[in-house]
Amino acid sequence: MKTPPLLNARRLVFWSAYLALLVLLPLAVHKGYWLSLLCQIGINTVFALSFNMLLGQTGLLSFGHAVYYGLGAFVTMHALRAINASSLHFPITLVPLVGGAAGLLFGVAFGYVTTKRAGTTFAMISLGIGEMVAASSLMFPSFFGGEGGVSSNRVVGGKGLFGITYGPQIQMYYLIAGWAFLSILAMYALTQTPLGRIANAVRDNPERAEFVGYNPRRVRFLMMMLAGFFAGIAGGLTALNYEIVTAESLSAYTSGLVIMMAFVGGIGVFFGPILGAALITVLQIVVAGATAAWPVYFGLIFLLVVLYAPGGIAGILLEQMKLWRSGELRRLWPSYLLALVPAVILVGAVIFLVEMSYALVNSSQTGSSEVRVLGFGLDAGRALTWIAGAVALAIGVALLRAAAKRIAGDRYVPPLPQGRT
Amino acid sequence: MEFALISLLNGVTYGLLLFMLSSGLTLIFSMMSVLNFAHASFYMLGAYFAYQISGAASFWAALLLAPLLVGVLGALVERFGIRKAHRFGHVAELLFTFGLSFLAIEVVQLVWGKAAVDYRVPSTLQGTLFTLYSTSYPIYKAFMIAVSVFMLAGLYSFLTYTRIGLIIQAALSRPDMVQALGHDVPRIFTLVFAGGTALAGLAGVIGGNALVTEPGMADAVGPIVFVVVVVGGLGSLTGAFVASLLIGILQTFMVGMNYSFVDFAREIGLDIHSAPLLARLSLTQFAPVMPYLLMVAILIFRPRGLMGARET
Repeated sequence: MKTPPLLNARRLVFWSAYLALLVLLPLAVHKGYWLSLLCQIGINTVFALSFNMLLGQTGLLSFGHAVYYGLGAFVTMHALRAINASSLHFPITLVPLVGGAAGLLFGVAFGYVTTKRAGTTFAMISLGIGEMVAASSLMFPSFFGGEGGVSSNRVVGGKGLFGITYGPQIQMYYLIAGWAFLSILAMYALTQTPLGRIANAVRDNPERAEFVGYNPRRVRFLMMMLAGFFAGIAGGLTALNYEIVTAESLSAYTSGLVIMMAFVGGIGVFFGPILGAALITVLQIVVAGATAAWPVYFGLIFLLVVLYAPGGIAGILLEQMKLWRSGELRRLWPSYLLALVPAVILVGAVIFLVEMSYALVNSSQTGSSEVRVLGFGLDAGRALTWIAGAVALAIGVALLRAAAKRIAGDRYVPPLPQGRT
Repeated sequence: MEFALISLLNGVTYGLLLFMLSSGLTLIFSMMSVLNFAHASFYMLGAYFAYQISGAASFWAALLLAPLLVGVLGALVERFGIRKAHRFGHVAELLFTFGLSFLAIEVVQLVWGKAAVDYRVPSTLQGTLFTLYSTSYPIYKAFMIAVSVFMLAGLYSFLTYTRIGLIIQAALSRPDMVQALGHDVPRIFTLVFAGGTALAGLAGVIGGNALVTEPGMADAVGPIVFVVVVVGGLGSLTGAFVASLLIGILQTFMVGMNYSFVDFAREIGLDIHSAPLLARLSLTQFAPVMPYLLMVAILIFRPRGLMGARET
């Protein structure tokens, strides 16, 4: 296969558009609420992409990726404290690099152990390392700050270049956007290097990669180090953005969240985790603000993606693009519209049932089993509402199955490719 | 001497509990190459079911029914979840059980609340079995050992002496051949999954009241069970047994020893005024990270685990 040149017109257009989007987005939103959401999305994008360097590109499922993110954040915070105390002179603009260096360092230390094995064993070991670091955060309160975490101030002394102090959130946004863009570009460039390609080979068939003369363990180790570096940068940005770091940043919860962001977005495509990070971050804030049942919805979304769309959102999008190009989408869209009806019924029924469960359980405390869902007022204490919900669920499932069959029947099935197994 | 004996007994109790969990995990893994991330969730469910059943009926009913219920649940998860995810490979299976473990905690919190429930040792099993020097040894711990040993002996004879046990063993190494001989291998998988989760449920029934029954109990024990399996060697039941006892005993001893390096140095006559934090931490404080340190050490010096087969 001929490799395309690194810089071609399409890529140039795509990345410039992305950069323009990053620069212009804060102009579209005025409220501070949305600006901090954008900051969080930027940080999570880098974090999720660094995770996908392992899972998507090298085939290593890590249950402890928050270790590099969290430790990067803690080290950055201590550097920031030193800068504040004037015992260290370092420009704030470059402080995320401190987090990156810390992530890289811990990537070397832990990666040496974890990458000795691949596959399922790697997953278990990464979980163990993650738990070890999380447990030791309680043992060393002087470094991890105990329950309260470590905090500092990102505004240091007088005015910097052009009067930039990083005090206002908008300046912080551009710092995050700048670092995020550079990191994303670097991670994309890495996929085009020989190392990136060999990592793919190690993911697909380590035996053959070894036969060609590459040591799979070394490739995994290198990728682990680099993934640690970028996770550390994300951690450094978090430390600067929130000016506080707690032990939650290296907990199993954070490790789980990054798995979810990358997987829901799609691990098979480079830009998948970018979509996932944006979607999950928004969902986290919007859904968690609206209902106490958000962990249930998150779990259900994740399970649905694992069982029915293992390519994630990016996979679905690419599939539709393929259909669009072949002109099939024109034939399919009536079926899609038709499928939308049972899908809405199904999602609605699930939301009603979940919210009713919560209302019923909490009714002993609140004294009322009344609940408002999507504008409807319901009494979760009555059997009839439950039966209605269950019936709607059953109808939704049955109709959606029929609709899926219809779509599958409408699709053109190409003959099996010849000469390949 | 007193400390050593009591710690040894407690360590064995804890180790056997770990083995009940890790044996199910190992069996499932070596048969289907599925790492059941939700294994500890089934342990948690076992404890909660037992709490519910022993409230309605008795502890003895719970001892029988709760593992059965958990096993049925496990079979359903295998049949309608894991088998579906299997089409997309092992990562999808692992992620499916990961998502499941996340949901399980939320559901348990919804049904039974976020605080610990009052799941107690039954009154017939309360009291002291014997007193060693000045420490009394409770009946319930002996009961736990008895149940574990009985269960494991049962598992061993089931796998070795019954027809279905032999078929399971054969399906462990040569599933295609077993299938060709006319056995329904997918059904055997479901059976093994149900059995493994039922074992985890049983561990929950007898462990839930000895330790504590709360939504965090799955996360507290889950990673340690994984460590046990890695240290013992993936897919080796004997390895899991040795590693369970090793970690159980080591951790129990460490929890009881409030010594730090500095204390030790003082004991042998060194006079130390200030020392770095690491040297001042006592063994008790080190106990939570000990299993992970052991895992790291094993991975460096013997990557395939204590009894694991060499990775091909």
